[in-house]
Amino acid sequence: MGSLDFDIAHLFAGGLVLVSFMMLYQDRLYALLNVFALHAFVLAFSVGWQAYIQDAPHLFITTALAIVFKGIIIPVALHRIIQRLGIHREIETVVGIGPTMLFGIGLVALSMAVMLRVTAEADRLAREDVALALSVVLLGLLMMVTRRNAVSQVVGFMSLENGLILAATGAKGMPLVVEMSVAFSILIAFIVIGIFLFRIRERFDTVDIQALDRFRGEQR
Amino acid sequence: MTALVADAPVVDAVSVILLIPVVAGTLLAVLPGYWLTARLNVLATFLTLLAALSLFFFARPTSGQYLLVDDLNVVFVALNTFVGFTTSVFSASYIAHELEIGRLTPSYLRFYHAMYQVLMFAMNLALTANNIGLMWVAIELATLTTILMVGIYRTHEAIEAAWKYFILGSVGIALALFGTILIYLAAQPVMGSGLDAMVWTLLIDHVARFDPALLNVAFVFLLLGYGTKVGLAPLHAWLPDAHAEGPTPISAVLSGLLLNVALYAVLRFKMLLAANAKAIAPGPLMVTMGLGSLLFAAFMLYRRRDIKRMFAYSSIEHMGIITFAFGMGGPLANFAGLLHMTMHSLTKSAIFYSVGHIAQIKGTQKLADIRGLTETHPVLGWGLVLGVFAIAGMPPLGIFMSEFLVISSTFAREPLLAIPLVAGLLVAFGALLLRMNSVAFGDPLGSTKPAQASYVPLYAHLALVLGAGLYLPPPLVLWFQHVAGLLG
Repeated sequence: MGSLDFDIAHLFAGGLVLVSFMMLYQDRLYALLNVFALHAFVLAFSVGWQAYIQDAPHLFITTALAIVFKGIIIPVALHRIIQRLGIHREIETVVGIGPTMLFGIGLVALSMAVMLRVTAEADRLAREDVALALSVVLLGLLMMVTRRNAVSQVVGFMSLENGLILAATGAKGMPLVVEMSVAFSILIAFIVIGIFLFRIRERFDTVDIQALDRFRGEQR
Repeated sequence: MTALVADAPVVDAVSVILLIPVVAGTLLAVLPGYWLTARLNVLATFLTLLAALSLFFFARPTSGQYLLVDDLNVVFVALNTFVGFTTSVFSASYIAHELEIGRLTPSYLRFYHAMYQVLMFAMNLALTANNIGLMWVAIELATLTTILMVGIYRTHEAIEAAWKYFILGSVGIALALFGTILIYLAAQPVMGSGLDAMVWTLLIDHVARFDPALLNVAFVFLLLGYGTKVGLAPLHAWLPDAHAEGPTPISAVLSGLLLNVALYAVLRFKMLLAANAKAIAPGPLMVTMGLGSLLFAAFMLYRRRDIKRMFAYSSIEHMGIITFAFGMGGPLANFAGLLHMTMHSLTKSAIFYSVGHIAQIKGTQKLADIRGLTETHPVLGWGLVLGVFAIAGMPPLGIFMSEFLVISSTFAREPLLAIPLVAGLLVAFGALLLRMNSVAFGDPLGSTKPAQASYVPLYAHLALVLGAGLYLPPPLVLWFQHVAGLLG
């Protein structure tokens, strides 16, 4: 593998981690959606590049899916939902931006320290891709736990899933990647937009998870 | 019956097991009417059960790159299809009542039945998958189906429960996928790129040459990921809500089956790790998580005010015991784990059958509002008493025997671990009997209208649990011993 191929793959994977960080400090829902669209586009470039250097044309399906579905349809749809629900105000974060960012840096360091050590024998490109992908996954998790708003939790989950797709495409010749990405995308769209948000809207007039917490089963 | 069984060697039984739910699910999604659909649901699960049982009597289909039948998963498939069948019988009478009081509309009924079959399909697929990627997809599908089912009543509580389940379940599923990718990465240098490096039967042949460090990390991700689905503490938070707020047949299937399916996935990966001499021993990790779940759930049982949530915590407790037993490993502990898993599935689903009807009669799930059941509804009340005796581990019922085996094998090998194990069991025992006492005896409270219940599934399960406690047929013992040996 040429070193240019390698560097470009790295550039995109590193870019994805960077955009994950950008998502952490967005405090407006619209801005968050825009950054998520960027996240999806960076993923699409990364997957497309992998498809090219691995000579795996089926990965272009995943690329197209990332651009069309995650980069355009989902952000536009969520944008509309936010508009309809009138929740384009600030996002209520559970933890402040500063600690969240520091924690995020810690998670990236952790995933580098763990993954680079244990993948010594694996393919060189796959190895660093997986380390970066784990960072994206952990940052997605971090975002899910630091947000209270249902829409931003879903965005966090989708960024986590982008990390998984990065890892799966980085692992050379991994079967079922396209199927997994298709399944993931359809189900996310179906579940999240179609059912939860509408039901929550129907019943609560808010998509703030804290409001949901009041209805716990066992309060006296 | 004869036609299907006779066909089984020709038409591959595994395909039949997978095809029936798909066809039935499609039909149930379009057919109207309660009478027809409830019966079709029962018929479909019954045919699936027959196909699963035929695996014991006829030559098995050879395992390919996607599907696999071996001595281990036949046990799981048989248990899965059996409880799936009895639950569909229970569901028919349960759902009739829900339609009557208007909690479910006819269109939601279609959705419910179709989802029930999709869930059966997903679980059977997960159990027969030979490809670790396919197994992941199947467990993901099962998770998403149950999320939809939990939220089906669309009350505040149901939506919160479904949302919580969605978030935690997805995180678990995501971690499991990452672990699956890592397994592939470990396999790829040895076995080359492509589908072969995800086929479990091929992986186990080559795993000795995989990079142990990568396998270790992969197993941690898989244990946490699928462990979320098993309901192991501290990843259990979704489980009580999902059990309490969904329709009771779904609580029964969740507790009795889906938790087992997730555990089965963990076991498959545990076998992989055990076959690599240099990788960490997966046992201690599972022992720790199992023991933690047992102790945590045992204490939490005392503070429950909702009857379905209480039995959900009891499921966490028992999944803890089973994980603990498989984590200990060795022929005796594995045997105990398998037996306990079977007994727990039967008993817990029986309990949910009776609890479902009780909650319908009383119109509430609050423990404080249910009293004196044995006086007003003797058949249901005594069924619940028997079920609670069984689940608490009273002799001579089946769970007593399996718990006894778990404890004695622990005493023989790690006496210190037996202390927290026994303590947890006793704490849980106290909590369950305390609550059962107030629910079943005393002055009747709440509605006393007669029950329109189907008692057959409830008492069939209890009879099996009692029978297993008194006498285990030698072929079953031999089979479990053989499977316990496979598990290592």
